[in-house]
Amino acid sequence: MEMTFDVKSMDFKRAGEAAAKIKKALQLVGMEIDTVRRAVIVAYEAEMNIVIHARQGTLTAKVHPDRLEIEANDEGPGIPDIDLAFQEGYSTAPEHVREMGFGAGMGLPNIKRFSDELEIESKIDVGTQLKTIIYNQTSGE
Amino acid sequence: MKLHEVKEILHAEVIYGEEMLDIDVSSGFGCDLISDSLCFSRPDCLLITGLTNVQIVRVADMVEARAIMFVRGKRPGEDVIQLAKENRIPLLVTKRFLFESCGILYQQGLHSS
Repeated sequence: MEMTFDVKSMDFKRAGEAAAKIKKALQLVGMEIDTVRRAVIVAYEAEMNIVIHARQGTLTAKVHPDRLEIEANDEGPGIPDIDLAFQEGYSTAPEHVREMGFGAGMGLPNIKRFSDELEIESKIDVGTQLKTIIYNQTSGE
Repeated sequence: MKLHEVKEILHAEVIYGEEMLDIDVSSGFGCDLISDSLCFSRPDCLLITGLTNVQIVRVADMVEARAIMFVRGKRPGEDVIQLAKENRIPLLVTKRFLFESCGILYQQGLHSS
Protein backbone atom coordinates (compact mmCIF):
# COMPACT_ATOMS: atom_id res chain seq x y z
CA MET A 1 0.00 0.00 0.00
CA GLU A 2 1.25 3.45 -0.88
CA MET A 3 -0.23 6.85 -0.04
CA THR A 4 0.94 10.27 -1.20
CA PHE A 5 -0.36 13.59 0.07
CA ASP A 6 0.27 17.11 -1.21
CA VAL A 7 1.48 19.47 1.49
CA LYS A 8 1.12 23.24 1.13
CA SER A 9 3.32 25.95 2.57
CA MET A 10 2.00 27.79 5.65
CA ASP A 11 -1.40 26.07 5.53
CA PHE A 12 -1.73 25.57 9.28
CA LYS A 13 -5.41 24.75 9.09
CA ARG A 14 -4.92 21.60 7.05
CA ALA A 15 -1.41 20.80 8.26
CA GLY A 16 -1.29 17.47 10.03
CA GLU A 17 -4.09 15.95 7.93
CA ALA A 18 -1.66 13.77 5.99
CA ALA A 19 -0.07 12.38 9.16
CA ALA A 20 -3.53 11.75 10.65
CA LYS A 21 -4.61 9.84 7.53
CA ILE A 22 -1.41 7.78 7.55
CA LYS A 23 -2.08 6.90 11.18
CA LYS A 24 -5.61 5.68 10.45
CA ALA A 25 -4.38 3.57 7.52
CA LEU A 26 -1.65 1.95 9.65
CA GLN A 27 -4.16 1.12 12.37
CA LEU A 28 -6.47 -0.43 9.78
CA VAL A 29 -3.77 -2.75 8.42
CA GLY A 30 -2.90 -3.77 11.98
CA MET A 31 0.60 -2.35 12.44
CA GLU A 32 2.05 -2.64 15.97
CA ILE A 33 0.96 0.14 18.34
CA ASP A 34 4.53 1.30 18.86
CA THR A 35 5.17 1.36 15.10
CA VAL A 36 2.09 3.50 14.59
CA ARG A 37 3.17 5.87 17.36
CA ARG A 38 6.65 6.32 15.89
CA ALA A 39 5.25 6.67 12.36
CA VAL A 40 2.86 9.40 13.48
CA ILE A 41 5.69 11.40 15.05
CA VAL A 42 7.93 11.03 11.98
CA ALA A 43 5.11 11.78 9.52
CA TYR A 44 3.81 14.79 11.45
CA GLU A 45 7.24 16.35 11.95
CA ALA A 46 8.12 15.80 8.27
CA GLU A 47 4.80 17.28 7.19
CA MET A 48 5.25 20.32 9.43
CA ASN A 49 8.78 20.86 8.10
CA ILE A 50 7.29 21.23 4.61
CA VAL A 51 4.50 23.51 5.87
CA ILE A 52 6.91 25.75 7.76
CA HIS A 53 10.00 25.81 5.55
CA ALA A 54 9.20 24.78 1.97
CA ARG A 55 7.14 26.21 -0.89
CA GLN A 56 5.32 22.93 -1.43
CA GLY A 57 5.90 19.23 -1.15
CA THR A 58 4.57 15.72 -0.76
CA LEU A 59 4.44 13.23 2.06
CA THR A 60 4.44 9.55 1.07
CA ALA A 61 3.93 6.44 3.17
CA LYS A 62 4.82 3.03 1.74
CA VAL A 63 3.47 0.23 3.87
CA HIS A 64 5.11 -3.21 3.87
CA PRO A 65 4.36 -6.06 6.29
CA ASP A 66 7.72 -5.69 8.06
CA ARG A 67 8.31 -1.96 7.70
CA LEU A 68 7.01 1.43 6.82
CA GLU A 69 8.77 3.95 4.61
CA ILE A 70 7.93 7.61 5.06
CA GLU A 71 9.25 10.06 2.50
CA ALA A 72 9.00 13.82 2.40
CA ASN A 73 9.99 15.65 -0.76
CA ASP A 74 9.80 19.38 -1.05
CA GLU A 75 10.57 22.32 -3.27
CA GLY A 76 12.08 24.97 -1.10
CA PRO A 77 15.15 26.75 0.18
CA GLY A 78 17.01 23.56 1.11
CA ILE A 79 19.08 23.08 4.26
CA PRO A 80 22.48 24.84 4.23
CA ASP A 81 23.98 22.86 7.14
CA ILE A 82 22.37 19.47 7.70
CA ASP A 83 24.38 18.66 10.85
CA LEU A 84 23.22 21.90 12.41
CA ALA A 85 19.61 21.20 11.43
CA PHE A 86 19.79 17.90 13.34
CA GLN A 87 21.02 19.65 16.46
CA GLU A 88 18.33 19.74 19.15
CA GLY A 89 17.09 23.26 19.69
CA TYR A 90 18.36 24.69 16.40
CA SER A 91 15.55 26.26 14.42
CA THR A 92 15.08 28.71 11.57
CA ALA A 93 11.29 28.91 12.00
CA PRO A 94 9.90 32.46 11.86
CA GLU A 95 8.48 34.15 14.95
CA HIS A 96 4.79 33.79 14.02
CA VAL A 97 5.29 30.04 13.66
CA ARG A 98 7.02 29.81 17.05
CA GLU A 99 4.04 31.49 18.65
CA MET A 100 1.96 28.50 17.54
CA GLY A 101 4.14 26.13 19.55
CA PHE A 102 6.53 25.16 16.73
CA GLY A 103 10.13 26.09 16.10
CA ALA A 104 11.60 24.43 19.19
CA GLY A 105 14.21 22.86 16.95
CA MET A 106 13.02 19.29 17.55
CA GLY A 107 11.61 18.41 14.13
CA LEU A 108 14.56 16.65 12.50
CA PRO A 109 15.98 15.37 15.84
CA ASN A 110 12.63 13.70 16.56
CA ILE A 111 12.46 12.22 13.06
CA LYS A 112 15.92 10.73 13.63
CA ARG A 113 15.08 9.49 17.11
CA PHE A 114 11.84 7.74 16.18
CA SER A 115 12.88 6.22 12.83
CA ASP A 116 15.21 3.26 12.30
CA GLU A 117 16.89 4.47 9.12
CA LEU A 118 17.15 7.94 7.69
CA GLU A 119 18.54 9.51 4.53
CA ILE A 120 18.41 13.17 3.71
CA GLU A 121 19.50 15.10 0.65
CA SER A 122 19.14 18.81 0.26
CA LYS A 123 20.06 21.32 -2.42
CA ILE A 124 20.06 25.03 -1.76
CA ASP A 125 17.17 26.81 -3.54
CA VAL A 126 15.93 23.49 -4.95
CA GLY A 127 14.56 21.41 -2.10
CA THR A 128 14.95 18.57 0.35
CA GLN A 129 14.33 14.83 0.12
CA LEU A 130 13.91 12.88 3.32
CA LYS A 131 13.57 9.09 3.43
CA THR A 132 12.93 7.17 6.62
CA ILE A 133 12.26 3.55 7.47
CA ILE A 134 10.43 2.35 10.56
CA TYR A 135 10.44 -1.39 11.21
CA ASN A 136 7.17 -2.87 12.36
CA GLN A 137 8.07 -4.01 15.84
CA THR A 138 7.75 -2.90 19.43
CA SER A 139 10.75 -0.87 20.52
CA GLY A 140 10.65 -1.99 24.14
CA GLU A 141 10.93 1.66 25.08
CA MET B 1 -9.61 10.69 37.05
CA LYS B 2 -12.99 11.58 35.55
CA LEU B 3 -13.13 14.66 33.39
CA HIS B 4 -15.89 16.17 35.54
CA GLU B 5 -13.52 15.92 38.53
CA VAL B 6 -10.82 17.71 36.53
CA LYS B 7 -13.36 20.39 35.70
CA GLU B 8 -14.33 20.90 39.34
CA ILE B 9 -10.75 20.86 40.63
CA LEU B 10 -9.61 23.56 38.18
CA HIS B 11 -12.90 25.51 38.23
CA ALA B 12 -12.91 25.02 34.50
CA GLU B 13 -15.50 25.88 31.92
CA VAL B 14 -16.47 23.39 29.23
CA ILE B 15 -16.13 24.80 25.72
CA TYR B 16 -17.13 21.59 23.97
CA GLY B 17 -18.05 18.11 25.18
CA GLU B 18 -20.39 18.64 28.15
CA GLU B 19 -21.89 15.22 27.44
CA MET B 20 -18.48 13.52 27.62
CA LEU B 21 -17.43 14.57 31.13
CA ASP B 22 -17.82 11.02 32.37
CA ILE B 23 -14.73 9.82 30.48
CA ASP B 24 -11.52 8.92 32.32
CA VAL B 25 -8.17 10.59 31.79
CA SER B 26 -5.35 8.28 32.86
CA SER B 27 -2.57 10.88 33.05
CA GLY B 28 -1.79 14.52 32.41
CA PHE B 29 0.72 16.22 30.15
CA GLY B 30 1.38 19.95 30.42
CA CYS B 31 3.24 21.71 27.63
CA ASP B 32 3.30 24.72 25.33
CA LEU B 33 5.29 23.01 22.58
CA ILE B 34 3.76 20.97 19.77
CA SER B 35 6.69 18.57 19.25
CA ASP B 36 7.00 17.70 22.93
CA SER B 37 3.26 17.16 23.27
CA LEU B 38 3.42 14.75 20.33
CA CYS B 39 6.46 12.83 21.59
CA PHE B 40 5.91 12.61 25.34
CA SER B 41 2.18 12.55 26.02
CA ARG B 42 0.49 9.19 26.33
CA PRO B 43 -2.80 7.77 25.04
CA ASP B 44 -5.84 8.59 27.21
CA CYS B 45 -4.13 11.60 28.78
CA LEU B 46 -5.39 15.09 29.46
CA LEU B 47 -3.39 17.65 27.46
CA ILE B 48 -2.90 20.83 29.49
CA THR B 49 -1.70 23.70 27.35
CA GLY B 50 -1.69 27.37 26.51
CA LEU B 51 -1.65 26.61 22.77
CA THR B 52 -4.99 27.45 21.19
CA ASN B 53 -4.41 26.84 17.47
CA VAL B 54 -5.81 23.87 15.51
CA GLN B 55 -2.54 21.98 15.67
CA ILE B 56 -3.00 21.14 19.36
CA VAL B 57 -6.23 19.33 18.39
CA ARG B 58 -4.39 17.49 15.61
CA VAL B 59 -1.78 16.40 18.13
CA ALA B 60 -4.44 15.37 20.66
CA ASP B 61 -6.09 13.24 17.97
CA MET B 62 -2.80 11.63 16.96
CA VAL B 63 -1.63 10.79 20.48
CA GLU B 64 -5.19 9.72 21.42
CA ALA B 65 -5.49 12.23 24.23
CA ARG B 66 -8.95 12.18 25.81
CA ALA B 67 -9.38 15.93 26.34
CA ILE B 68 -7.65 19.32 26.19
CA MET B 69 -7.51 21.84 29.07
CA PHE B 70 -6.57 25.37 27.99
CA VAL B 71 -4.82 27.36 30.72
CA ARG B 72 -4.43 31.06 31.53
CA GLY B 73 -8.04 31.62 30.46
CA LYS B 74 -7.11 31.25 26.79
CA ARG B 75 -10.03 30.41 24.53
CA PRO B 76 -9.63 28.75 21.13
CA GLY B 77 -11.25 30.01 17.94
CA GLU B 78 -14.18 28.49 16.11
CA ASP B 79 -11.92 26.48 13.76
CA VAL B 80 -10.35 24.74 16.77
CA ILE B 81 -13.74 23.92 18.30
CA GLN B 82 -14.92 22.56 14.95
CA LEU B 83 -11.95 20.21 14.61
CA ALA B 84 -12.41 19.07 18.23
CA LYS B 85 -16.04 18.23 17.43
CA GLU B 86 -15.01 16.23 14.36
CA ASN B 87 -12.59 14.23 16.50
CA ARG B 88 -14.82 14.15 19.62
CA ILE B 89 -12.19 15.69 21.88
CA PRO B 90 -13.65 17.68 24.79
CA LEU B 91 -12.24 21.19 25.32
CA LEU B 92 -12.10 22.95 28.68
CA VAL B 93 -10.63 26.25 29.84
CA THR B 94 -9.31 27.28 33.25
CA LYS B 95 -8.01 30.62 34.45
CA ARG B 96 -5.17 28.87 36.29
CA PHE B 97 -1.60 28.96 34.95
CA LEU B 98 -0.01 25.86 33.41
CA PHE B 99 2.20 25.12 36.42
CA GLU B 100 -0.66 25.60 38.87
CA SER B 101 -3.04 23.44 36.86
CA CYS B 102 -0.56 20.57 36.62
CA GLY B 103 0.42 20.89 40.29
CA ILE B 104 -3.15 20.88 41.56
CA LEU B 105 -4.17 17.90 39.42
CA TYR B 106 -1.02 15.99 40.43
CA GLN B 107 -1.76 16.70 44.08
CA GLN B 108 -5.25 15.31 43.56
CA GLY B 109 -3.83 12.06 42.19
CA LEU B 110 -3.56 12.52 38.42
CA HIS B 111 -0.28 10.97 37.27
CA SER B 112 2.19 12.38 34.77
CA SER B 113 2.10 11.05 31.19
